[in-house]
Amino acid sequence: MMRHPSIPGTIIFDTEEGRKGYALNRMCFSFNSAENRAEFLEDEEAYCKKFGLTPEQMQAVKERNVLKLLEAGGNVYYLAKFAGIFGLNMQDIGAQQTGMSVEEFKQKLLSARN
Amino acid sequence: MARIVGGIFTSHVPLIGKALANPKLQQEPYWKPFFDGYRGAHEWLDRVKPDAVVMFYNDHGLNFFLDKLPTFAIGAADEYRNADEGWGLTPFPPTPGDPRLSRHLIESLVNEEFDLTTCQEMLVDHAFVIPLHLLWPGVGGRAVKTVPICINTVQHPLPTPRRCYRLGQAVGRAVASYDEDVKVLVIGSGGLSHQLDGERAGFINKQFDLECMDKLVNDPEALTRYSNIELVELAGTQGVELLMWIAARGALGDGAQEVHRNYHIPISNTAAGLMVFEPRAAGMQAAA
Repeated sequence: MMRHPSIPGTIIFDTEEGRKGYALNRMCFSFNSAENRAEFLEDEEAYCKKFGLTPEQMQAVKERNVLKLLEAGGNVYYLAKFAGIFGLNMQDIGAQQTGMSVEEFKQKLLSARN
Repeated sequence: MARIVGGIFTSHVPLIGKALANPKLQQEPYWKPFFDGYRGAHEWLDRVKPDAVVMFYNDHGLNFFLDKLPTFAIGAADEYRNADEGWGLTPFPPTPGDPRLSRHLIESLVNEEFDLTTCQEMLVDHAFVIPLHLLWPGVGGRAVKTVPICINTVQHPLPTPRRCYRLGQAVGRAVASYDEDVKVLVIGSGGLSHQLDGERAGFINKQFDLECMDKLVNDPEALTRYSNIELVELAGTQGVELLMWIAARGALGDGAQEVHRNYHIPISNTAAGLMVFEPRAAGMQAAA
């Protein structure tokens, strides 16, 4: 099998990741619907089980841990819908993944101007 | 006969929708350098007045999921609806389609061996609607008739930059052979450098973005020599949306001229870019 050249801090979401993360991503895709978001909030565990999440995926969902969600096969486009449920924006998510404060992460973005 | 009157390449970050809904925000220091950049595009559009738009964009999980994920998909509908992408925002109004132009593009592209998925129904996400509302404030896609062409950037392998460029070239030929007298604008929606996921989140590469903008003017073929993994390394995981710009540039043909550009860091986590192109002047157009 072809391996991708490694890029630090980056997972190439390919069909292998797609297979690994399918249940998780399918659940997150369902969050396009407000009704489904409400159902998730009512009973997270039951909702995760309905989509057949693995224990690793369920734990990552419970912790709202984006790096663990990615490691479990999550795709960022679908995870963004999950994060939205908790009012997290892209700077919040960026800060969480890089271990920075949100303010530090915003400064990092600004520093790309130079 | 139809002709391509120009191309506009623009970023499409969802957060822009918030500022579009609240024009006061557009005057704030965070947004002003971004929105001011569109004035040049508005002036150009006022002058050129396109009738139809063919837009290369990428779906972010509104219409397509991993169960059935087309590499290239084209709309063939009377209208395209926007919908909740999971954040509960008010959807933009529907955008008129151009089913006759869609049909012509489908016939022409498939005959040229580009095997697109054809969609009689297709929800369009922020990547499709935001460029239209940036370019025609308050009017959006109702200003024109549209044909969306969606390129997979969700799951690798993505179509190569070379393949996207060639698809764009084929769109250019298809428009040139369309029997209606319509002025077509090609839009490439996406980019520039950004990465949302992983420990490398927040990655932006200004030098590479500026090089790409120059290459799109002078030597677009050079960009087709990258692999998508190289683009991820240089532009970030979502920076591969450069594919939309490469496809749109292909449609403009040789010798297209840059009319206007803007570049601003950051909008949300993204380096935001805008370019306006005109094809080589009539009479000087090389045979396709």
